[in-house]
Amino acid sequence: MPTFLGVTLIAFALIHLIPGDPVENLSGERGMDPARRERLLHEFGLDRPLPVQYAEYVGNVLRGDLGTSLTTHEPVLQEFVTLFPATIELAFFALLFAVVVGLPAGILAALKRNTVADYAVMGVSLTGYSMPIFWWALLLILLFSVQLGWTPVSGRIAIAYDVPAATGFMLFDTLRAGDIAAFRSALWHLILPSIALGTIPLAVIARMTRSSMLEVLREDYVRAARAKGLSRWRVVVVHALRNALIPVITVIGLQVGLLLSGAILTETIFSWPGIGNWLIHGVQSRDYPVVQGGILLVATIVIVVNLVVDALYGVINPRIRHG
Amino acid sequence: MTAAPLLEIDGLHVAFGTRERPLVAVDDVSLAVLPGEIVGIVGESGSGKSVTALALMGLVDFPGRVSARRMTFAGHDLRDLSATRRRALVGKDLAMIFQDPLASLDPCYTVAHQLMETLAVHGTPEERSSRAIRRARALALLEQVEIPDAAARLDAYPHQLSGGMAQRVMIAIAIACRPRLLIADEPTTALDVTVQAQVLDLLVRLQRGRGMALVLITHDLAVVAETAQRVVVMYAGEPVETGPVPAIFDAPAHPYTQALLAALPENNEDHARLRAIPGVVPGLHARPVGCRLAPRCAYAVPRCRVEAPALAGPPERAVRCHFPLDATGAPTGSWQAERVGAADEAKAP
Amino acid sequence: MADASAEVERLPGRVEAFWLAYAQSRGALIGLALVALLVLVAVFADVVSPHPPNEQYRDFTLTPPAWDAGGSARFLLGTDPVGRDILSRLIHGTRLSLAIGVISVALSLSIGVVLGLVAGYFRGLTETIVMRMTDVMLALPSLLLAIAVVAILGPGLANAMYAIAIVLLPHYVRLTRAAVIGEAGRDYVTSSRIAGAGTLRLMFDTILPNCAAPLIVQATLGFSNAILDAAALGFLGLGAQPPTPEWGSMLSSALEFIQRAPWVVTFPGLAILITVLAFNLMGDGLRDALDPKLKR
Repeated sequence: MPTFLGVTLIAFALIHLIPGDPVENLSGERGMDPARRERLLHEFGLDRPLPVQYAEYVGNVLRGDLGTSLTTHEPVLQEFVTLFPATIELAFFALLFAVVVGLPAGILAALKRNTVADYAVMGVSLTGYSMPIFWWALLLILLFSVQLGWTPVSGRIAIAYDVPAATGFMLFDTLRAGDIAAFRSALWHLILPSIALGTIPLAVIARMTRSSMLEVLREDYVRAARAKGLSRWRVVVVHALRNALIPVITVIGLQVGLLLSGAILTETIFSWPGIGNWLIHGVQSRDYPVVQGGILLVATIVIVVNLVVDALYGVINPRIRHG
Repeated sequence: MTAAPLLEIDGLHVAFGTRERPLVAVDDVSLAVLPGEIVGIVGESGSGKSVTALALMGLVDFPGRVSARRMTFAGHDLRDLSATRRRALVGKDLAMIFQDPLASLDPCYTVAHQLMETLAVHGTPEERSSRAIRRARALALLEQVEIPDAAARLDAYPHQLSGGMAQRVMIAIAIACRPRLLIADEPTTALDVTVQAQVLDLLVRLQRGRGMALVLITHDLAVVAETAQRVVVMYAGEPVETGPVPAIFDAPAHPYTQALLAALPENNEDHARLRAIPGVVPGLHARPVGCRLAPRCAYAVPRCRVEAPALAGPPERAVRCHFPLDATGAPTGSWQAERVGAADEAKAP
Repeated sequence: MADASAEVERLPGRVEAFWLAYAQSRGALIGLALVALLVLVAVFADVVSPHPPNEQYRDFTLTPPAWDAGGSARFLLGTDPVGRDILSRLIHGTRLSLAIGVISVALSLSIGVVLGLVAGYFRGLTETIVMRMTDVMLALPSLLLAIAVVAILGPGLANAMYAIAIVLLPHYVRLTRAAVIGEAGRDYVTSSRIAGAGTLRLMFDTILPNCAAPLIVQATLGFSNAILDAAALGFLGLGAQPPTPEWGSMLSSALEFIQRAPWVVTFPGLAILITVLAFNLMGDGLRDALDPKLKR
């Protein structure tokens, strides 16, 4: 909770820290005549003492009013809600990719320690998180879209399709509309961005899983399980993996922040209509309500996710669950 | 010996490290255990006693290498058992309990789960088919190892148990499928003193009740004195003395055994300080040439430092020493002569 | 027992022991070699680079690399859309990237360590305030935070460095505070205090050196993050501004040329990858080498 307030403080302070006249920044108008400026000043509440302004700001936020975009003149919150599902879809598939590939890779590397397989997995994951996301995305586009022509270059779905937006999740909406061709198009458009975005989480998950597995495999209870004559599969999966995954789950949860960072870059390159793109345009066009609201919302989401992860950790770790 | 030995080891050798620089943890251990017998393996840490047990169970991993002239259990050759055959044996006919019971139980699963797991793999056909039967059996086992309020403990997690209770659970898991041989690796070392005696009693009672053979590995000679019939004393990876417990305790033939006995609190009641053995056990890297005990042995003469003694005598009563001690505790053979000779040399310019 | 005294091996000194541990890992050595190479390139950029980085050769815009048809040995890695030699720009970019790394990390480390020391040593309200601040900073994804800072300060290389320093800050604060709390209860600190050491001396002379190991590792890894973040900012147009040959900004207009001139895209990114990889390898190697001392 205090963290949340701290974030609101930063978001609030943003407007006042930005160089230039706050009135101009908030309204988007430049070079107004003094009378108009006076009126706007009063309207925005900027003539009141700072603590009061802050209280008002927080009050507004809690009521759902995060200002209006200067470029589109839509409420910031509404824009966010409209665009967020696109980012969620992307982040979800990126994380799915990262877990589905990274987890087994890490397990494999741990089981076949110091063999070629291990070095390969570690080498790939080291490269993975040493790469700039945007470059990697460009390379992927170069290879798969330009050279091989397998995947589309940008966007969420081919322009030809006009899908009624219901949930905002393209995959659901296309299915709902019964348009299989559109569904497939949406799927294809998801592939490359998901891979690009998911590469760094993949690397982190693979590394973490490997080191966690290695530690667990050395434990006494794994040796005792083998002394019970259990099958190798059982020892590795039921006993070792179950214990090794506990710290890994936390790491997976924490990847969300990383995903949102990466989403900004990935969406820019793939022209993906999500909040990353929206935020960047906001910064570049000096749409300060958007920047302010966007930062606040993203930070809130990260905080909530962290809380959920903490709770989840308490559930899967019996030591905490049963004290 | 009329009965066929249940377990027979001859020349067990376990080495780590590389071929060029092997680090030998267990060097030429031979041991035979009859059905229903209790044999103790005694030694300080670093003596190789635990590794011997692990080698038997097939738990020595790369880079360790196990070799033996003979290693059979109930007719099966343990040296090159296929993984499947080994898994059918281990946990069923041949079981082991470890030193730290709380660390040897999987923290994520309940006691019941871990008990039932063994039954599901090695149990009778009825046990393997019915969960209810397994659970009933698990409860019965907990009662057999004398866990108070067994029904409540069934669904407990390991971290909710005390050390003593955890060790009882481990014992329950080990005896669940009626093993013919149980190896107990320092079963009481990690427990409180008050609990140690109880757990030992339990082990012996179970052993007698089921006619199960027991190999008791410990560094505490007193434990062996009360429970075992025969004992193997190990030092720095080698067996240095073997024999029946009464004989060894009355008249130890190896200086190390003698020193161990002398260090027991019961034998020091008239002394102000416990008689300890000076020095430390040589590690895998620093094994001396010649007799491995020589740097610490009170009776060492020049020959001891140069020539390694071989294990001499019949298998039921063997000693590894150039000058085994006689019934009065004095070294035999040419020891006097060599000692005088060495003193003369030291005096000569 | 004359022969029992074997010759005592000369025990290695601390530095030597550390080097022996570090050199165990081939990856760590490769990392070190690469970093050394990069430093040399950065320092001697003017000498090594075949062309001035900002010189535009109007007749040679978008030339392919030397090994491609149409390429020229004059421009080994080709030229960009306005005819600047990519190799030269990359070489000068090395200097920039390393400078960014050093300055951001140094700035962040110095402030972060002081804050962490203060928080961990004095506890109470000071600690609460400092830790709440770091929590807030950590709630924002790093790039977002950097963008926010740049939004306030305005685009530019220097501001990007400040932004990155701020992004790295909370990690050092946390690390130092945790280490200080761990160390402050130990006997050597108490004895120092009894001997009359003042607070400042205690903090910097006594406690800090023992927290050095994890800090060093984090600093090296922070280097890689700094370079990646700087590149990201440059790519978004929020960091180094044209015509500065920063690797990230070299990539920002690349999307349009991805079909015609893929080399404009590949090489700057490759430079980033190699540099970050080098520091990550070094950081990993440091962590493994210092590990036994970390676990005390």
